[in-house]
Formats: sequence, C-alpha cells, structure tokens
Amino acid sequence: MEAIDQIFRTIGLWFSNFLLNTLGLPVEVAGPVGILVQALVVCTFAAVTFLALTYTERKVIARVQDRIGPNRVGPYGLLQPLADAIKMFTKEQTMPEVADKMVFQLAPLLAAIPSLMLFAVIPYGEGMVASNLDVGLIYIIAIGSFAEIAILMGGWSSRNKYSLLGAMRAVAQMISYEIPMVLSFMGIILMTGSLRLNDIVVAQLVPFLLLQPIAFFIFLITAAAETGRSPFDIIEAESELLAGYHTEYAGMQFGLFQMGEFLGFYAQSAVLATLFFGGWRGPEFLPSWLWFWLKTWIGVFIFQWAFRTTFPRLRIDQLQAFCWKFLVPVSLLNVFVTAILVKFVPIVEIANGVVTGPLSKGIGGWLMTIAIYLAANALMVLLVAVLYRGEVRRTVSQFEARVDSGVSPAPTPAPKVTDREAVSA
Amino acid sequence: MSPYAVLAAFFFAALLLLLAPFVGSKLLSPKKPNPIKNSVYECGVETVGETWVQFKIQYYIYALVFVIFDVETVFLYPWAVAYNQLGFFALVEMGIFLVILLAGLFYAWRKGALEWF
Repeated sequence: MEAIDQIFRTIGLWFSNFLLNTLGLPVEVAGPVGILVQALVVCTFAAVTFLALTYTERKVIARVQDRIGPNRVGPYGLLQPLADAIKMFTKEQTMPEVADKMVFQLAPLLAAIPSLMLFAVIPYGEGMVASNLDVGLIYIIAIGSFAEIAILMGGWSSRNKYSLLGAMRAVAQMISYEIPMVLSFMGIILMTGSLRLNDIVVAQLVPFLLLQPIAFFIFLITAAAETGRSPFDIIEAESELLAGYHTEYAGMQFGLFQMGEFLGFYAQSAVLATLFFGGWRGPEFLPSWLWFWLKTWIGVFIFQWAFRTTFPRLRIDQLQAFCWKFLVPVSLLNVFVTAILVKFVPIVEIANGVVTGPLSKGIGGWLMTIAIYLAANALMVLLVAVLYRGEVRRTVSQFEARVDSGVSPAPTPAPKVTDREAVSA
Repeated sequence: MSPYAVLAAFFFAALLLLLAPFVGSKLLSPKKPNPIKNSVYECGVETVGETWVQFKIQYYIYALVFVIFDVETVFLYPWAVAYNQLGFFALVEMGIFLVILLAGLFYAWRKGALEWF
C-alpha cells in the first residue's frame, strides 16, 4: 500500500537520480531540468483532464436533458474530445478587420496559461505537491483572477458590441464575487493558521465541510460565479449575447479560452476538495492521490450538474445585489463568528508538522467540536433568516407592484400538458 | 528548490505546452480571408456606430467598492494566519475593524451605490 501511495514520488526520485547519476549532470543543471519536467508532467495531466472535462460536461448535460450526448466517435463517444481537437487545429481562425490585433491574439494565451499555473500548489496526494508554497491560497486567488484580464482583453479587442458587453458583465461579476470567496477562506485560515494548502489538509482530521458549512456554500456559489457557470452565465448568455467575450474567436484560439474556463473550474473543484472534503485524506484502502482525485471529481460533478443544467439565468442587477447585499455581509458574519469560536474551541495547533488540539483527541473530541461548530452555524443561519425577512418581503411586494402597474407581465400559469402531448407538439 | 522556482517552471511549462497548439493551429489551419468574413459578427447585421464607447457608470462604482473590500481582505489575511498566536485583544481589534467595514458597506448600500439603474 505504502508503495502504491508513494508511487509518483518514487518515480520523481528515480528521475532526479537518473539525471544526477546515470547522465552525470551537475546539480545546477539537474535541478532546473528536474522541476521543469515535473511541471510539464503536471501541466500535461491538466491538459488531458481538460479533454476529459469537455467529454463529461457534454455527457452530463445530455443526460440531464434526456439526451444521449456524444456517442459516434469511438466507444461511448470517448474519442469525441480528440475529434474536437483535430477540428480546432484545422479550422480557419478569423479575426475582425477592425480588431486590436495584438491584444486579440494575446488574450486566449493569457486565459489559458494561468489556469495551468494554478495546478502548481495543489496537493495531489501525501507529499505530492509541486510547489509547497507558504502563501498557497493567496496564490490561487491571485492567479485565478488573471482570467478577468484575459476576458476583458478578448472582449474589448474584438470590437464587437456583444463581446464588449459580455466582457464588461464578466469583469463586474467576477470582481464582485471575489470578495465573498476570499472571505469564505478566512474561516479555514483562522482554524488552521496556515495558507499552505498541504498544512490545511494535514490539519483536516475531519472534513472542514462539517465545521464550516456556510463557508462551503458561499465558496461553491462564488466559484460558480467566478467561472461563469449558470445561474451566473450572463457572461456568455447565448440567447442575448451570442457567445459573449469569445464571439469573434474561432478554432484553436477559442479552444484556449475554453481550456482556461474548464481548467478554472477544475482547479476550483480541487480547491474545494482540498479545503472542505479533506484533500488527500481518506481510509487506507485507497492511495491518497486516488482519494484526492475522486473528491475533485465530486466537485466537478457538482459544477457540471448543479451549476450548468439546474438553475435559470439571473439578471446582472440581481447577481450584484445577491453578492453585495447577501453574500458579503454573511461571509463577514461567518469570519467574525469563526474567530470567536476558534478562541474558545481551537481546532488545531500545528507545531513542526504535528497536529495537536481537540480534533486529535479521538472520536469524542471530534463529535464535540463538530457539534459546537454546527450549532454556531445553525444560529448564524437563523440570524440571517431573521435579518433578511424584511428584504425578501420588500422584493416580493416590489415585484407585485410592478405586475400591477403592467410594467412586466404577470406570470401566466403554464397550461397543463401531459408528457405525451408535449412530445407530439 | 525554492517553491517560487517551481512556479517559474510552471509558467514556462504552461507557455511551452500552449504555444504548441497556438502556433501549430496557425500553421495547419486554412487562410481564406474575405471582407465579409473579416467583418464584425453581429447577427449578420452591419454594425452601427462606434463600439468603443463610454460605458455604464455602474460598472465603475462596483469596481470602486471592490477595491475597498479587496484591500480590507488583504488586511484580514495576516490577522487570520497569526490569529492562534495572538491574544484576545486581536479578536476585539478585528471586531472593531469589521464593524467599521460593515458600516461602510451599509453606507454604500443606503447611498444606492449597490443599486443597478
């Protein structure tokens, strides 16, 4: 078991040994070559994951919509991503005559490169982290928000009104939702006292989902908004904006934008698994990297099912109001309550990699801590429900007033149609 | 190896991995431009007026509010990391800080900066 768990580290050690001893390279050369090869391997893994994501995304959406999805190329349509790749390679790349050509060409690259760089700090398994950065979480936030610049560059340089509208909406939405996202990490940082993702996993004797459920839901919502998935997909609302910021892009340039977007939400799922599902921790019968991979794909499935096919699209004013008037105050409240809780029921104290604190004291300690944190979270939910009672009532009465004055039509009850009639119509 | 060197390696690896399809598709794809293909696509209708216009002020106001709260979170991060080593006073201090910020948020709220006109 130990051997399988550490197989990737063993391969890495063997490779550096190969560079140093078999090839006889000096340390100054072997070191950089080693980490470059390591980075290339991780990036290739991410690129292959992108292909898998395009396939599962189409399959999941198809199944939710009662279709079969890609099933022509290869068994179960498994070779569809390869066919797509060949098509993208050989498709003509058009560019509007009036576009800002330099910026237009640069934008797809700038969208895709940061999305690959995100994978540098994620702990894939026990001891399997490419860069054990001490500011890992800040790095994730900082590099993740590069997407905004790329989207603005792409949308602005196309000189297309739809592109510009899509890009403007995208940036307004993404910068707004960044605030509650950053604040939702705060509770976990307070509990673990570290920004290093590996430390957070080490401290996670029980999944933090049980201790920080409110932060979990805030992160889930904001991650969907950051990657522009429905109900937050006004960025590329296809029924009104064609394709938003990438309307004018074709072929591989479009593919790179798509890669940035898909790997963006894959990285968000990986962060979700690291922060809330316990990262690579899991029962012994599976290697740690497999646990991490499975948990990440649970996150991916949530994004593909809930945040793609389930919710109808919102308007931008509703989105911004939801973020600033609900998510930001609630996440600030969560930070404050967690700070008080951590003072009285500290979760972990990590000293020299050894975890101490109530969580390390067996099942009794776990249950007590979980009970206290869940009770606090339930109280917060109650408080928020009371505070926002008036807001909900006001919104409803505003809507009714608008319906009465005839500004927006009253919702007509849908005619009752049986399934059979719907199909024949 | 310093963790930052690994980040640099990741940048170059990503650049290498993405330049390959970027350049490769440029070489492989056909190039048959014509004026209509190279016009801006706006549902097949000829574009009217200038695209790079002054934009809605509301986006700017949201950006301003964002900057304030972004700086705030920058202040909160070191506090959160060092929280376990700090005494009870740190909690009170940050409580006051958060209350001031919430007051700012409610001021912006009441002023209508968060409304979409």
